[in-house]
Amino acid sequence: MAAYIIRRVFAAVLLLLVVSAVTFAIFFLVPRLGGQTTDSLAAQYVGKGADPAAIAAIKANLGLEDPLYLQYWHFIKAIVVGAEYNFGPNPSVCNAPCFGYSFKTHVEVWPEIVQRIPVTFSLAIGAAVIWVISGVAIGVLSALKRGSIFDRLTMGVALAGVSLPMFFTGLVSLALFSFHWTIWENLEFVPFSENPGQWAWNLILPWCTLAFLYSALYARLTRAGMLETMGEDYIRTARAKGLKERKVVVKHGLRAALTPLVTIFGMDFALLLGGAVITERVFSFQGMGAYAIQGVTKSDLPIVMGVTLVAAFFIVFCNLLVDLVYAAIDPRVRLS
Amino acid sequence: MNSRKTASAIAVTLALALGATACGSGGGKDKGGNGGGSAKADAGLSSIVNASTKKGGTVTYEHSSGPDSLDPGNTYYGWVQNFSRLYGRSLVTFKPAAGKEGLTVVPDLATSLGKGSPDAKTWTYELRKGVKFQDGTEITSADVKYAIERSNFAPEALSNGPTYFKSYLEGGEKYKGPYKDKSPEGLKSIETPDKYTITFKLNKPFADMDYLAAFSQTAPVPQKADKGAEYVQNIVSSGPYKFDSYSESRGATLSRNPEWDPATDPIRKALPDKIELKFNVTASTIDEHLLSDAITADIGGTGLQSKTQPKVLVKAAEKAKTDNPYAGALQYLAMNVKVKPFDNIECRKAVQYAVDKAGVVDAIGGAVKGEPASTMIPPSVAGYKKFDLYPTPGNKGDAAKAKEALTACGQPKGFKTSLTARSDRPDEVLAATQIQQSLKAIGITADIKQFPADKYFTDFAGSPKWVHDNNAGLMMMAWGADWPTGYGFLDQIVNGSAIKPSGGTNLMELNDPKINKALTDGIGTLDTAARGEKWAEVDKLVLENASAVPLFYRKNLLYRPDSATNVTVAESYLGMYDYVLMSSSK
Repeated sequence: MAAYIIRRVFAAVLLLLVVSAVTFAIFFLVPRLGGQTTDSLAAQYVGKGADPAAIAAIKANLGLEDPLYLQYWHFIKAIVVGAEYNFGPNPSVCNAPCFGYSFKTHVEVWPEIVQRIPVTFSLAIGAAVIWVISGVAIGVLSALKRGSIFDRLTMGVALAGVSLPMFFTGLVSLALFSFHWTIWENLEFVPFSENPGQWAWNLILPWCTLAFLYSALYARLTRAGMLETMGEDYIRTARAKGLKERKVVVKHGLRAALTPLVTIFGMDFALLLGGAVITERVFSFQGMGAYAIQGVTKSDLPIVMGVTLVAAFFIVFCNLLVDLVYAAIDPRVRLS
Repeated sequence: MNSRKTASAIAVTLALALGATACGSGGGKDKGGNGGGSAKADAGLSSIVNASTKKGGTVTYEHSSGPDSLDPGNTYYGWVQNFSRLYGRSLVTFKPAAGKEGLTVVPDLATSLGKGSPDAKTWTYELRKGVKFQDGTEITSADVKYAIERSNFAPEALSNGPTYFKSYLEGGEKYKGPYKDKSPEGLKSIETPDKYTITFKLNKPFADMDYLAAFSQTAPVPQKADKGAEYVQNIVSSGPYKFDSYSESRGATLSRNPEWDPATDPIRKALPDKIELKFNVTASTIDEHLLSDAITADIGGTGLQSKTQPKVLVKAAEKAKTDNPYAGALQYLAMNVKVKPFDNIECRKAVQYAVDKAGVVDAIGGAVKGEPASTMIPPSVAGYKKFDLYPTPGNKGDAAKAKEALTACGQPKGFKTSLTARSDRPDEVLAATQIQQSLKAIGITADIKQFPADKYFTDFAGSPKWVHDNNAGLMMMAWGADWPTGYGFLDQIVNGSAIKPSGGTNLMELNDPKINKALTDGIGTLDTAARGEKWAEVDKLVLENASAVPLFYRKNLLYRPDSATNVTVAESYLGMYDYVLMSSSK
């Protein structure tokens, strides 16, 4: 098992390096191939005066004149050992992991990400709890009461949940509960450490809208999985042995139906940790997703690189976890 | 049957939800209270609405993204210039007052306006005594000098702000800035003979000096507290408020600065106890917050979103809470005089007559968004004089006159050209489409090419090489003054010296010796009234050249929530509300 984990961790680091190289190439190399010069790149980071001296100073300070491979090397090196920058009277030290400074505002990227992680995590974890519990419960009940009104109604709502885009449900919920009934007026993120009650209260609306989308999907998947497993021979055998129905459903049926769900959950959850872009935007929460948008819209490359890498890290990490959990819940994986 | 019932139940639920949304958000809650209801629409243009002298309360601002920087030495944004006066006192500033009075420059940190030498090249300001930073140390002329040095001469760290001081100060091109040049005397052309005197020695006559001194860049910065780009996180206040917290993503909270002494400050009332500023709030949410009186103002000052405007305008009670000021900006169509056939003035005149300006205004959303323009200088800028060299009936264009000009140009059947616009500015694209139709009517085929705003000047319209290579004869352009005088407005868009290989804003590539000279003469004229006359003259010269079609003076639709007190439009700050005056009953 230890060898397996080491191998997987090594592969994960390699994967992250590839992701960083590809992202770097997309944002630094492709524009150059499209004819963008270092001057025009630097000009985006000075005020509207675009004074040539300012452009030259920015180019020198951001190292835009260095060959690309060297710029990439500096970027990776800074993550591992940190770096030193000159944005003031004295050099400022950017400790590892240093993802550089925003080209626009010269604020360090990593502390900004760290500040935003609690927002994104709070959103993702709460929503995940809601959607897993509600999605799986609805899926199981629908499967067990196949064809009933409950089944049809929940599957109809689930279809709506899957079909309606997040920016629609988000805005509708805001319009209803925040602007019209003003239950959540001035919705904003309150850190858990500051006030746990307010934290949860202000997150209810984003959680529910986010969970609506996912639980719908999970309900449909669970239902399909349950229908399939409940028709298997071993379920009939279990019932024939005289096991209680609850045990048959939960231990034998649900457990088998859950395995594909765990994989999907790992991916979905990891993607959300990288930033629930639309949810954060709709509710004006300053998480990783909102930061990513800021980076992209303002062509602030270090922000884009930082968020992409951290998001990629979460995906790789969650996948690793899923594989381990998989081994725990599916004996076949363990045996092989 | 069963499933049909289920489906219809879902449909009804959704329809109800949508219906509730549609009628829900517009309602606004007329909480009455503080008499906001008595003022009429546009009252904020000429008076202070909801005037109050009551101290206390919290003013809450929201912004849909964030500033370039709240550091007074690292910003170009109009709203930061306006807002920063709460924590930074520049040498002089615009008077916090209603209407045209708000365009007057008054002393702030200085005791009087600048005293200029007869050649307008040396300017001296005397500082008030006893003005203190938030840490209790007295502000001296050295702090002002340092602030200007760091903001204009250290682009490696603070690159956002304008660099007018660098252009106008003697030896400015050689000075390396305080971070690299550690010599004790710093820039020699800013002299500080004693603690309270500061003298600027300029390399050319410049009579608009007081407007430069009104930039937030002259707000003092103590050298020992300056950490370059990181100073924004610990700004040392010289005004009535100091920062309690600052986050790049969330915003800032300001509270009273106990070291601020009202006796040294004749222009600020500093009524609110607290000021909250929130960044990155979705634009539509900001509008909802304004309508429900949850916040005091949208600090960006560009007004309600297009989709919110009808909600407000159709109800008399809501409309009464709006102001529709000029935004100090002009949308115009630039014709590059180096691109054929616009090198011929008659072809340029053809476009002048062909464009349906009324149609353009309709296309962008009607009278609340803009007013058809005939001059380059907008009405809210000093030097504006009304004239129209190319009048057409109802501003709708005159195809007959346009065709006459085309014939005179030797292109009676018209020609093909390109028209550039910024893809992420919907109004500009709508205006371009309208212009395209007007031109088509006289035989000119304009192919619209769209580019992202952040690269528009660096890579496309502002790069003469690209313009020539791509035959981009027509370019959409919008411009707001850096300071509200004819010079502040025109210099960067019509002066030959503003043509740059990349990032230029003189899109017409105008390098007319007459215009250049008139600008130089004007800025050397110390008499304010005579200077104003000069700007009107330059304006006329530009339009005689016919290379720019003024389309419309931009207007914004601002909204005053009931709780907002002391509300007035600051023409000096692009027609947003005056944030020095603004207070709240909440």
